[in-house]
Amino acid sequence: MGAGPPAQGGTEGARDGARPLLSVRGLGIRFKTAQGIWQATRRIDFDIAPGERVGIVGESGCGKTITGLSILRLLPGNFAGLDGKILFDGTDFASCSARQMRAIRGKRIAMIFQEPMSALDPVFTVGHQIAETLRVHTDVSYEEARAKTLEMLRRVGIASPERRIDDYPHQLSGGMRQRVMIAASLICGPQLLIADEPTTALDVTVQAQILELLRDISETSKTALMLITHDLGVVAETCTRMITMYAGEVIEDATVDEALVRPLHPYTSGLLRSLPHLSPRHGRLPSIPGRVPSIAEMPAGCRFRARCTHATKGCEAEQKLLDAGGGRRVRCWRFAELNLPGALHPPSAPAAAKVATQ
Amino acid sequence: MTAAAAEPHREPIVSVRDLQVRFQTSDRRATVKAVDGVNFDVRRGETFGIIGESGSGKTTIGRALVFLLNPSAGAILHDGIDPLALSRRAFQNHRRDYQIIFQDPNAALNPRMTILASVLEPLELARVGNSAERERQAREALERVGLPQEFGERYPHQLSGGQKQRVVIARALTLKPKLIVCDEVVAALDMSIRGDVLNLFADLQRDLGLTYVFITHDLAVVSHISERVAVMYLGQFVELGPTEEVAERPLHPYTIALLSAEPRPLPSSMRQDSRIVLQGEVPSPIDPPSGCRFRTRCPHAQPLCTDRVPEWRELKPDHWVACHFADRPNFSPNAQPETTP
Ligand SMILES: Nc1ncnc2c1ncn2[C@@H]1O[C@H](COP(=O)(O)OP(=O)(O)OP(=O)(O)O)[C@@H](O)[C@H]1O
Ligand SMILES: Nc1ncnc2c1ncn2[C@@H]1O[C@H](COP(=O)(O)OP(=O)(O)O)[C@@H](O)[C@H]1O
Ligand code: SF4
Ligand code: SF4
Ligand SMILES: [Mg+2]
Ligand SMILES: [Mg+2]
Repeated sequence: MGAGPPAQGGTEGARDGARPLLSVRGLGIRFKTAQGIWQATRRIDFDIAPGERVGIVGESGCGKTITGLSILRLLPGNFAGLDGKILFDGTDFASCSARQMRAIRGKRIAMIFQEPMSALDPVFTVGHQIAETLRVHTDVSYEEARAKTLEMLRRVGIASPERRIDDYPHQLSGGMRQRVMIAASLICGPQLLIADEPTTALDVTVQAQILELLRDISETSKTALMLITHDLGVVAETCTRMITMYAGEVIEDATVDEALVRPLHPYTSGLLRSLPHLSPRHGRLPSIPGRVPSIAEMPAGCRFRARCTHATKGCEAEQKLLDAGGGRRVRCWRFAELNLPGALHPPSAPAAAKVATQ
Repeated sequence: MTAAAAEPHREPIVSVRDLQVRFQTSDRRATVKAVDGVNFDVRRGETFGIIGESGSGKTTIGRALVFLLNPSAGAILHDGIDPLALSRRAFQNHRRDYQIIFQDPNAALNPRMTILASVLEPLELARVGNSAERERQAREALERVGLPQEFGERYPHQLSGGQKQRVVIARALTLKPKLIVCDEVVAALDMSIRGDVLNLFADLQRDLGLTYVFITHDLAVVSHISERVAVMYLGQFVELGPTEEVAERPLHPYTIALLSAEPRPLPSSMRQDSRIVLQGEVPSPIDPPSGCRFRTRCPHAQPLCTDRVPEWRELKPDHWVACHFADRPNFSPNAQPETTP
């Protein structure tokens, strides 16, 4: 695998540089359900540096959305408890009052969701909704807010914003609504944007526009991005680091390039190999046997054990997120001895040829 | 999945000629041209892929292919015959050979019916054999899709998404169809089990000689499993050819842009920066642009593209395209995207 150049420049600095913007430590969320208390996520540890773009990946139900929501303390009604710390620029959100959180949300951290229609209020114009966010958090005048809104709509690529600013959400296409959501989330200049599957509902050509916009905005305004997605391609296009979750836990944390080329956790490796992009056309696709254990019956020890082809004696012990060197972390005690295949292995013909000529 | 390549000259299992499907909008004021003049054949034993963005008309074609809706104009022949010309009874029998499976297995399964009952249902409706014979066939179908016998007694909520999709496939198999239209059948599944379901489709094709029309918006999936692929835009095909050709030597600017827009899970050393980001979104099929329908987003559009509808032509053997300029030698050669391995 030594043929390609090393990991993208800049990613290392993000890790070892100044203190992180966001530092999540031991985060866990519990819910009340008819069957008792469920631990939906636990022992979540990660950092995001100022301006860094981090992808959170994993399959449905592994806890990505819950993690995003819990950072903002936007938890559903049957929420039963939160463990750990959420340190943002020195403040622990876990011990902030609801009022303090309201002042932070939208201003210093913003979040956008998969379905922009449900996040926009159908009875107000898009201009009003964006300007309101600004007026809630700052003491700008109505005119200033409107001027800033126009500027922001232009910034997110809405053509002729002076015509669109007084439109209602239903008058816009899906891609335009997502741009409006991005405009609303950025209007107060947040330090962190949490985007939960922001392009899943969009067509691939529109997805490419939105991802380009997110990348561009994070680069020019130094806004950190936490991008939640199940699509490893989206992460590879947009982020520099990738955090993989499984069954409510972080199981791997590495730069995108490291994770794709040489994953350290058997689950990450399995996911990569199951992608049709990377296996020869018409060949058999590898898959991961079994299914994610349900929250109600989580096994003790390694949560991936029942599906892992490398499971042995020792895997029934609780797995810690281990330091794998160079800022990488992995929740598998066997990581050093397993030589797991990544995206380029076994090298498919066109991909291998491309690497070899570089 | 190579049976088709061996005998390309036999009668196609489906031929579609000048197909048009129109809908009234709900306020009845306008007509949606969901499918507007599409021509293609599906060859026996092949997997024919259709890709396109949402609203391009893929599902509408799929439903028309199995006569869940009738064409507004044009013809669809099954094995050279027009099913609409058959007697009512013959038509009902005939339809069993042409099945369709949709994206959401939850919508296809009744939550109050056991898995076995769901799989038995089409056999009962078709009054196949006696009840013992029907049960034998239903259990055989479950076995075919790799579900253990005890699953027959379970209910849908006790199954995972991938398992439910297997049940839906088993249901379609009970009537021993010749062709199955698969509409976004893996879109709702998690990536670690998509492979399982795609492998199952390949196995069933090999063992039962099935033909598939595989509809998806996912390029990686379509190029993995199809022999030939058609690219759809605003109710029309813009390109059709062998998958390798379309994925590696695309002729139409829309195909080129679509391939380039696909996010690829590759490390930075292997990705190219020169991606083509199309401006704007797909126009409304109520009032599509004149001339070439792609011209409002095409980076190469010329005045001719507004005035004249590009002809649907076979530019290379078996490789069709609708673009005035697709044969120009210097037509976006550098914009050629990296190939899907
Ligand atoms: N209000 C709730 N009460 C009980 N359990 C919940 C609640 N919300 C989420 N969960 C459970 O918590 C787990 C994590 O959910 P989460 O929504 O974070 O998943 P996700 O990774 O975002 O999945 P997806 O990719 O499907 O969006 C799931 O098992 C889910 O069923
Ligand atoms: N029953 C219907 N009534 C009105 N319009 C419809 C109906 N079904 C589909 N359409 C319209 O036809 C076009 C093509 O739809 P569809 O075939 O579902 O596209 P795809 O499957 O490619 O996403 C869309 O504009 C859609 O809104
Ligand atoms: S701890 Fe054991 S079971 Fe878990 S991922 Fe590592 S090898 Fe597999
Ligand atoms: S006919 Fe013109 S507008 Fe249409 S795809 Fe070709 S160059 Fe573009
Ligand atoms: Mg989610
Ligand atoms: Mg559809």
